[in-house]
Amino acid sequence: MEVAEFSSTSRVVIVAGKGGVGKTTVTAALAVTAARAGRSVLIIEVEGKSGLPAMFDAPALGYEEIDLEMRVRARFLTPDAALVDYLVTHGMKRISKRLATSGALDVVATAVPGMKDILVLGKVKSIEESRSADLVIVDAPAAGHAVTFLLSARGLLDAVRVGPIRKQAQDVVNLISDPKRCQVMLVTLAEETPVSEVVDTAFAIEDRAGVALGPVVINGCFAPLPVAVSANAEAILDDARACDRFVSRREADDLAHAAAFLEERRALQGEQIQRLRELLPLPQIELPFVFNPDITRTQLDTLADAFGRGIERL
Amino acid sequence: MTIRIEELVDDRRVVICCGTGGVGKTTTAAVLALESARRGRNACVVTIDPARRLADALGIEHLTNDPTEIDQKLWADIGGEGDAVVPGGRLSAMMLDTKSTFDLLVARNAASPEQAKRILDNTFYRNVSGALGGTQEYMAMEKLHQLHDEGDFDLIVVDTPPTRHALDFLDAPKRLTRLLDNRVFRLLMMPTRAYLRVASVAVQTFLRTVARVVGSEVIEDVVAFFRAFEGMEEGFRTRAQVVGDLLADPDTAFVLVCSPRRDAMQEATFFAQRLAEAGQSVQALIVNRVHPSFGDEAPAGLRAAAEALRQSPGEPAARLAALYDNLADFREIAGLERGHIEALRDRIGGGTALAYVPYLAHDVHDFTTLHEVGELLFDTVTAR
Repeated sequence: MEVAEFSSTSRVVIVAGKGGVGKTTVTAALAVTAARAGRSVLIIEVEGKSGLPAMFDAPALGYEEIDLEMRVRARFLTPDAALVDYLVTHGMKRISKRLATSGALDVVATAVPGMKDILVLGKVKSIEESRSADLVIVDAPAAGHAVTFLLSARGLLDAVRVGPIRKQAQDVVNLISDPKRCQVMLVTLAEETPVSEVVDTAFAIEDRAGVALGPVVINGCFAPLPVAVSANAEAILDDARACDRFVSRREADDLAHAAAFLEERRALQGEQIQRLRELLPLPQIELPFVFNPDITRTQLDTLADAFGRGIERL
Repeated sequence: MTIRIEELVDDRRVVICCGTGGVGKTTTAAVLALESARRGRNACVVTIDPARRLADALGIEHLTNDPTEIDQKLWADIGGEGDAVVPGGRLSAMMLDTKSTFDLLVARNAASPEQAKRILDNTFYRNVSGALGGTQEYMAMEKLHQLHDEGDFDLIVVDTPPTRHALDFLDAPKRLTRLLDNRVFRLLMMPTRAYLRVASVAVQTFLRTVARVVGSEVIEDVVAFFRAFEGMEEGFRTRAQVVGDLLADPDTAFVLVCSPRRDAMQEATFFAQRLAEAGQSVQALIVNRVHPSFGDEAPAGLRAAAEALRQSPGEPAARLAALYDNLADFREIAGLERGHIEALRDRIGGGTALAYVPYLAHDVHDFTTLHEVGELLFDTVTAR
């Protein structure tokens, strides 16, 4: 599939997965991938603080959209901000500040579980309808919260029988259950526990929330070396002699250990990718492991290259 | 004088594992409790949301309100030769049941069984105990306090809920007390409709608007809850204070669990600062998923070697080039990770124990692998 086609499969992509799997990285890489194909992208961070701007070397996010780079904008969208926004646009501006600052929002949101999620997704819906971007990417809340996040609208429909919040919930359900408008992209690592959890999440989301699942992104996959090598110090020393290069015994050991480590990780990841394929019948996109603990713009390019290749293979 | 991680499991009474989601908090908590038991103490780990296989290994498939002791045979005879346990150790585990912990707290604080029942049956209460962000953290601390007071454990290790930010743990209990103390809604506790007379115009408008948005039955539930809760806030506040004192006790240690990525490190810094503001400190920093070092050569030299070899003909040279590039990749990430870790320790200040747990070739979900991590933890403590 062409990247341009993929990025117009649905206008909203919700990127979800457990903490530590690299959701924000995948969000950023997908944005760069779509922007390269000429799409305008808006990234929505649902939690106040985020590592996203640092990846683009941009200042901290605010409620107003900022440009991260050409065709990529970003903003945050917290429940408090979404509530104020909701009240202002529904003619209740006067009390909006009071509700958020007095802590009464916590009381109301507790009385109506899922209301915060509805407010956030409701705002996502109005952004989607405004067509201000070709693709809206939502960096979903961490952990099991993703399932609650997506289920809350349906739950609220059952609980609240009348009123504007019910309407809001209905709008959200309409958005997330329409595969042409919204899909969920799950992110995982090729490790045992993350694979088990992503499978559980996938079934929970599809069965209970009725949301379309896009491809699963497997983050942090080690690439093979360009040529077959032996992770054996003796073999390395033989090769060194064959091309007249001096390699000390210690260095040969380091080279061998690093190669053996890579080989071992690759084997383990391969098993888990295979396991995921058997447990979850969704297309997979593998993103490479980045040899840097900090994702910066350079790494995003590498990841976007892989993302593009992954999409083309779909 | 650097604290050693051994000291935490040997001498402290409470260890709290904090950190952002996905950094291995639950596993680390289980490791610390296991090692403490193996060193002869009566240890208990309170977990929040363990991965299924870890829960199975600990024998805690279900939510419970009381710790279950784990058969010593399962965790004592797992080390190699010369790795015997100190006799007398015991190990228990539990998976926190937030709702029943809260129910118990209500029952204990209620003036009468009728008051307790009114609260427990209230819809709003059920939402508070089941869904309110922060309740889980609050109840984890409540449970800790109960176990500390009533149990005969030498050490209780507490895992904290998976959040995006480590700081959420410190802020969470406040959210619940703030809810119970809410000024606007306390007005609602006044006799029926009286609130509309005494409340200011602003509050009236406010309540009417809220009712308009979420429906009036919701407001009625809230009113009923606050009315039923009347008289108990003081008990809750006092209790929160007592739990707070336990966290400030010198026998309580905070262990910060993180990964070597920049964002996790920043988060850890914020967390340490907040603890310091509260007059406490992070006593140990455990960094999981650190890449191995593979020697001490600088990446630049290795890259140059790879480049030179790529210019040479032949398969041996091509293989060597690939090997040098690979080693350079790993040397690079190892250097960056260690740089982050050292910088974090400098920011947190002296005295903090520091341990790395390298990337492991397998999942950690049974006592043998937990103990393996334990040995790595005690092994890598570096003096300062």
